[in-house]
Amino acid sequence: MSTMTLQEPARRFEELLGHGAVITDPVRLRTYECDGLTHHRVMPGIVVLPESAEQIAAVVRVCNEYGLPFVARGAGTGLSGGALPRADGVLIVTSKMRRILSVDAANRRAVVEPGVTNLAITEAVRDLGYYYAPDPSSQQVCTIGGNVAENSGGAHCLKYGFTVNHVLALEIVTPDGDIVELSDGDPGYDLLGAFIGSEGTLGIATKVTVRLTRAPETVTTLLAAFKDIEQGGQAVSAVIGGGIVPAAIEMMDALAIEAAEAAVACAYPEGAGAVLIVELDGPAEEVAHQFGEVTRICEESGAFELRIADDPAERAAIWRGRKSAFAAVGRISPAYIVQDGVVPRTTLPEVLASIDRLSREHGIRVANVFHAGDGNLHPLVLFDDAEPGAGERAEIVSGKILDLCIEHGGSITGEHGVGVDKSRYMSRMFSDEDLDTMQLVRCAFDPRALSNPGKIFPTPRLCGEVPGVRKGVHPLVESGQAEHF
Amino acid sequence: MDLELINDCVHCGFCLPSCPTYVLWGEEMDSPRGRIHLMKQHVEGTPMTPEMAGHFDACLGCMACVTACPSGVRYDRLIEQTRAEVEREHVRKPDDRALRAVVFQLFPYPRRLRAMRLPLRLSGGIRRKIIPRLERINPSLAAMADLAPPVSARVRLPHRVEAKGSRRATVGMLTGCVQGEFFPQVNEATARVLAMEGCDVVIPPSQGCCGALSLHSGQEEQAKRFARRTIATFERAGVDTIVVNAAGCGSTMKDYAEILEGEWARRAGAIRTVDLAEYLAELGPAAERHPLPLTVAYHDACHLAHAQGIRSQPRELLSAIPGLELKEISESAICCGSAGTYNLFQPEAARDLGDRKAERVLATGADLLVSANPGCTMQITAAIRRRGAQEIPVAHTAQVLDASLRGLGRVPTIPA
Repeated sequence: MSTMTLQEPARRFEELLGHGAVITDPVRLRTYECDGLTHHRVMPGIVVLPESAEQIAAVVRVCNEYGLPFVARGAGTGLSGGALPRADGVLIVTSKMRRILSVDAANRRAVVEPGVTNLAITEAVRDLGYYYAPDPSSQQVCTIGGNVAENSGGAHCLKYGFTVNHVLALEIVTPDGDIVELSDGDPGYDLLGAFIGSEGTLGIATKVTVRLTRAPETVTTLLAAFKDIEQGGQAVSAVIGGGIVPAAIEMMDALAIEAAEAAVACAYPEGAGAVLIVELDGPAEEVAHQFGEVTRICEESGAFELRIADDPAERAAIWRGRKSAFAAVGRISPAYIVQDGVVPRTTLPEVLASIDRLSREHGIRVANVFHAGDGNLHPLVLFDDAEPGAGERAEIVSGKILDLCIEHGGSITGEHGVGVDKSRYMSRMFSDEDLDTMQLVRCAFDPRALSNPGKIFPTPRLCGEVPGVRKGVHPLVESGQAEHF
Repeated sequence: MDLELINDCVHCGFCLPSCPTYVLWGEEMDSPRGRIHLMKQHVEGTPMTPEMAGHFDACLGCMACVTACPSGVRYDRLIEQTRAEVEREHVRKPDDRALRAVVFQLFPYPRRLRAMRLPLRLSGGIRRKIIPRLERINPSLAAMADLAPPVSARVRLPHRVEAKGSRRATVGMLTGCVQGEFFPQVNEATARVLAMEGCDVVIPPSQGCCGALSLHSGQEEQAKRFARRTIATFERAGVDTIVVNAAGCGSTMKDYAEILEGEWARRAGAIRTVDLAEYLAELGPAAERHPLPLTVAYHDACHLAHAQGIRSQPRELLSAIPGLELKEISESAICCGSAGTYNLFQPEAARDLGDRKAERVLATGADLLVSANPGCTMQITAAIRRRGAQEIPVAHTAQVLDASLRGLGRVPTIPA
């Protein structure tokens, strides 16, 4: 679509939102060309910065009028290109909508606008003895709207669950511009569940009611250093196998430790081939008992140093290395790909050995950081983008890691989403019929495919997304189990 | 502009919530990540449009993003290089040019600044009348009049202050431009505290500006000239350590070796610049601390906390005073909006940030605000004055220590 055709909608947006809230200058537009995943870049046609649900609904209705695709974006920290803009469309940025609308401690809930950061919720309720449980590593930056779109997790999701377990209700703008509410109390289909994790393809969240979690009586954090990943992996399996559910259980390998050390001087034990961070929380007695068990297991698995943090400052010191790990690899490598995959916990040592093999075969370094408790791997594939061919080799390694995950009965994403980056791997996990069925859900919300098109699905199919790619009728439609809208 | 430094940014966005303009406006172009993206566009051939220059001008240079960045991006270096590029490439509007000329021909020159004290010696009544009028003509001029503190009596510092008791060290002292002219009491207190802690203090007369103001505004050549002169002045004074009580000056002087080239870089490397709080914490207490029954809110100046990493030392020094209770200001890492000349060139944004800071300072309920940078002191004082009702006296860390060491029982504060 040429820029000419965007002039009229841009003028309409200016009427709706005011001149300052609509960006059409190419220099400014380009600063929005990517999110946290920088190797996919598209300059948006128009950027709008609305300040209310009504404004978003009005923008979406104008998009419908002109048939313009639209993409929602929060802080732009996503790692799968979920907020990659459309050159022929509108980027709807929620970063100005960051009010905490209400805190209801008695009913353990807070209502916030989508641009509020994940950590800001915790900060607002900390003095009341509560916090917001899901904690992506980017929690001080990433927005709750983005968390809802991606069903974000974090280190503590092993015990407490993902975003979907902590959102009680949503106000959304549907792809045709209506404002509707979805609530976990609604009888009938779990539309709230369908919306969370839909990566912006079912509409835009404009108000989020979150569950507040009571801050635990006791928190103990333990850092165990092992000679290698194998020993660390053993300890993880033994802890979970022993019936203990820690709040978090995280592992980093030598290269990831090196990066974190360079970035934040976290002073992890010298000579560690792997460190395990285990956090236990809950009633004091329970934590004390579990702590004894975990310490014993770590020692039996070969831990050569154990550090214990009982106060927030010591705990922060242990976590600092882990939480900064992604961005910290920037210190030891000019460029990198953050991969996100899942494997069954018991296969961890085997999969890690295979990743190591891949890394050596292709001459590409891989640093491993992962939520060991639920088998969610975050291999960081390092390369020098100035070196010809290195980027392609890194892509190959990165792709093969996902193949490994699928082979071992895992998944191509644990928490970063599919976005644009992993859509091509979807067909390795799902059959065409599976994917078409997912499309039917999408079409029920977004029949014109205007809401974040081009994400999740490998090839556009059904309901108007470049018709004609699929020949014939969808099997579900044919069998009378589903119909087109 | 150094492409390698630009490419260190991995676009993670961890800097966004630390950036005052992103906090105010929530727009990518006015965040560190967005500005680095703009720098890259420019290096790759996009001309310096007025829009682009505007986003660079809107950066306070507070360096909070440098603290927040996990990838170690040198945004401080990048924005300095970029500001110089803006000055080279961007043609400013005539009124903006005129204002900048006035500021750069005035502030870095203590003698000219002294001459300005007369017209600024306005009583509260005149000030209230004149500011709204100036606001209509030029918001920057109004900001200038609003910020200037009432003038205190001029103080002539001796060229050397002898250590009390046994001498532990000999140090040079920077008097600064704004500090020296608007807050001479702070310099007096600094010299006294150092002497009471066992230092011979050498104070070279007619030191001139250290170059911070120019460097932070892209006036590269003026900055280098001032830096060379400052080095020569202290070399002549025969000291190898310079104690600085103004955060902005200290952070620039610590960078002299990087800003200058060749012989001058070497000479810069031979002199050590330390902040007053940093130096006193390192030296350890010698003199007796007398009680000060006060609750104190400590304000982190960006050029101390972010640019020099000095956060714990002033807090430790203050907390060590018997009877003194220290309060934390929420959002302490966000700039007050002073940022050198920012409040003169970007008065609206500076005002919003000042109001935000004033609200949080007052919320502490403290008896006294401690600020270790003259710019912050003027900015926060002005913001609190605008609010009317409540007021809170302001003092420099040096003045609080001075009061405790001398057993005054109260802190002689900076008049609002």
